[in-house]
Amino acid sequence: MSTEVKEKETEQTETESVESSHQSRRMEQKRQRASQRDLEEEAREEIDDADETIEIKVFRFDPEVAGKEEPRFDTFHVPFFKGMTVLDALIYARDHYDSSLTFRHSCRQAICGSDALFVNGTQCLGCKTQIADLEGHLNSTIRIEPLPHQEVVKDLVVDMEHFYDQMEAVEPFFDADELPDGELEEQRQDRENREKIKMSTRCIWCGACMSSCNIAAGDNEYLGPAAINKAYRFAMDEREGENRKQQRLNIIEQEHGVWRCQTQFSCTEVCPKDIPLTEHIQELKREAVKNNLKFW
Amino acid sequence: MYEHDVLVIGGGGAGLRAAIAAHEEGADVAIVTKLHPVRSHTGAAEGGINAALRDADSWEDHAYDTMKGSDFLGDAPAIETFAKNAPDEVINLEHWGMPFSREEDGRVSQRPFGGLSFPRTTYAGAETGHHMLHTMYEQVVKRGIEVYDEWYVSRLAVTDHDDPEDRVCHGCVAYDIKSGEIGGFRATGGVILATGGLGQAFDHTTNAVANTGDGPAMAYRAGVPVEDMEMIQFHPTTLPSTGVLISEGVRGEGGILYNDEGERFMFEDGYANNEGELASRDVVSRAELTEVNEGNGIEDEYVHLDMRHLGEERILDRLENILHLAEDFEGVDGLEEPMPVKPGQHYAMGGIEVDENGETCINGLYAAGECACVSMHGANRLGGNALPELLVFGARAGYHAGGRDLGEARIDTGPSAMSEEEDVQTPVSPGAIDAGDEDIAADGALVEPSEVIDHHVTAEERRVDELLEKEDGVNHAEVRADVQETMTQNVNVFREEDNLKEALEDLRVARERYQDVFVRDPSRTFNTDLIHTIETRNIIDVAEAITLGALAREEFRGAHWRKEHQERKDDEWIKHTMLAWNDGNPTIYYKPVELEGEDKTYEPKERSY
Repeated sequence: MSTEVKEKETEQTETESVESSHQSRRMEQKRQRASQRDLEEEAREEIDDADETIEIKVFRFDPEVAGKEEPRFDTFHVPFFKGMTVLDALIYARDHYDSSLTFRHSCRQAICGSDALFVNGTQCLGCKTQIADLEGHLNSTIRIEPLPHQEVVKDLVVDMEHFYDQMEAVEPFFDADELPDGELEEQRQDRENREKIKMSTRCIWCGACMSSCNIAAGDNEYLGPAAINKAYRFAMDEREGENRKQQRLNIIEQEHGVWRCQTQFSCTEVCPKDIPLTEHIQELKREAVKNNLKFW
Repeated sequence: MYEHDVLVIGGGGAGLRAAIAAHEEGADVAIVTKLHPVRSHTGAAEGGINAALRDADSWEDHAYDTMKGSDFLGDAPAIETFAKNAPDEVINLEHWGMPFSREEDGRVSQRPFGGLSFPRTTYAGAETGHHMLHTMYEQVVKRGIEVYDEWYVSRLAVTDHDDPEDRVCHGCVAYDIKSGEIGGFRATGGVILATGGLGQAFDHTTNAVANTGDGPAMAYRAGVPVEDMEMIQFHPTTLPSTGVLISEGVRGEGGILYNDEGERFMFEDGYANNEGELASRDVVSRAELTEVNEGNGIEDEYVHLDMRHLGEERILDRLENILHLAEDFEGVDGLEEPMPVKPGQHYAMGGIEVDENGETCINGLYAAGECACVSMHGANRLGGNALPELLVFGARAGYHAGGRDLGEARIDTGPSAMSEEEDVQTPVSPGAIDAGDEDIAADGALVEPSEVIDHHVTAEERRVDELLEKEDGVNHAEVRADVQETMTQNVNVFREEDNLKEALEDLRVARERYQDVFVRDPSRTFNTDLIHTIETRNIIDVAEAITLGALAREEFRGAHWRKEHQERKDDEWIKHTMLAWNDGNPTIYYKPVELEGEDKTYEPKERSY
């Protein structure tokens, strides 16, 4: 690859050297413009220009940074725009004021399940929560905290290991008793059965339900709504067969399984994918009872 | 040091499929991923998985549609391998429990998609990717495959031979985001890159924040050529304010595009007289932007996608997720009003050069999925072809690294496959600021695997220390924003020489400024500031590669439109644009497209829909 500037220097015709110096002048201007891009300054200007601004108060904690070992709240002033989400506000604060502000996020569209947070006292996904939908968003501070009942790693990041362990405890994988052996032969599933498991398959493992659950808060071994829902997803899938279903019911029936649920519906209320978690847990209780009657 | 037979870098669709395949071969396989696998962006894929499952369909037709869709820049051996294997992969997923949408008789449903001659797109509602990702992760759990989640791979451990084709990849270096540990990972069988997209090089994209092109950037700097990087797909239906994707499934089910005049412009203005809204994605994106540029856009920005006439029942059955996305991210009720849409960066057809077995020119280094270029999508990917691609080639890479004999590949890789050199005139020099490549040691002395890994671990520790210890400097977010801005302005759907050159200048400035970046957060605990800063360098490298490819290719083919070159030039341009890092002084060359299939030659024809 060759750069045009070099070539022009060797040819040395008048117009081209003019172009060449024009080129370097343009590059110099670009450099200056770029170095002037100061994001904090930009934020000040944007706040002055904005019709409306909001204040977010964010939980901060870092076990190894002086001044952050003790949890505290930092307040950030952010210009408001129509359609702004809690995640947008956090990204703005991080990119303009404090790049150490830490939170998980990836897809920005409520499918990766990374950014479950505790906003104004409710579990929700930051990317799916419109600032405009929060009560009094323009005249009171929005409080953003990590998910309660989980260990905080740093700022808004919680340790998800316990949640993942509970998910894995229900043997969360499809395991048919037998498979069709013809070439390109799929298992048949009727539409009603697919419809029956549809909502349960929407879980994005965000952990909002577990965090909202009083029982899970008091009983660390409780499987929790997400894991039980996962068990439901397989137990109700008719492709798996009766043997496997029995085994699945045995798992969710154990001491820290479905019977712990006291049908408070808090999980169902916070689920960002609208999964009827409590209903699924109740249905599994009924299945377990039926199952036991059959064997007695 | 952590040791496994096979290391898979990335926990999305391609990575999970590769890991399962390597495990089936009996390999000790581990997945190293910067997110937990279920957070991967495969989960955001909506539309479906193409596969010729039924008697009335054939893999040959699927292959032809794919070749035509690629605008004859795809390689026949890759496309045929893909089309033949896709049906088995779909049935495999079904046997793993994937909740596909079903017909009355209980069989897997298929629907029409753009550019397909048969309704062969299998799907699970409008959240196919979510179900596929979770179904495969479940199988990873079942098999007890080890997952290092929230470990960020920042460097490949490759030997330092002069010729990239002599180099060997022995593993990688990864950073444990939670603890700050920098670990060396040794792989005796192979390292498979499955890092996904690079959409963060643009500011209006359907891609996740995590899609920063880490794989292409790392492989490129390690000596693997990147292929057809200019071929970027802009999806025609993304929400204007966020870039959130509205599935092609909406048009597949009968959704209609209207301009501000209420015209069904795809037909009325002659953009695609036969297929209309279901023309290939590049055709529809250009049509929309042409309408907007001619003053027929709504608010001078977007067009309308209307699905109201499909009726509530059908929408709820097949497209329910679209209603939620439109409501949550644009405040629009798709049952009551048309949805605003505009083109957004969606997919990279190009990427790390590999053959049909997933192998790069560096021994022991593989790539699969969006980060790779095999090449089957050529100049334009058909909707519904990305998911089966990551299944077919993820599996092949996994099997091959695990030791299965897949036969000799027909696609040549590495600089030795060059047919022609190119000398592109650039306004500024691209590549490293200081020539010489920090990712490879320079003296040819490093051969022994553990030494190679130790060397790279030490280099990475030094880099992280420097970034953390610097007291002041530039915030990477500023540099990243500059890159995204210039790419979206200058390397978008419509490309002109002057703009491409301007982008190269801007990218050079970004690279210079990046020399001064610092990480403000001093912590070793979950330091996302550090991770994002390292990612931004990858974004600069891939953005530059895209722009160089776009400047080199002086024709209009598929997704690549050039103002100065308004036609497809088959005599000259049925060849891949290859870019080699060359230790910091990038060079461009070409390699021929393979149009010779197993039983037939694919003759380039005019591509009309």
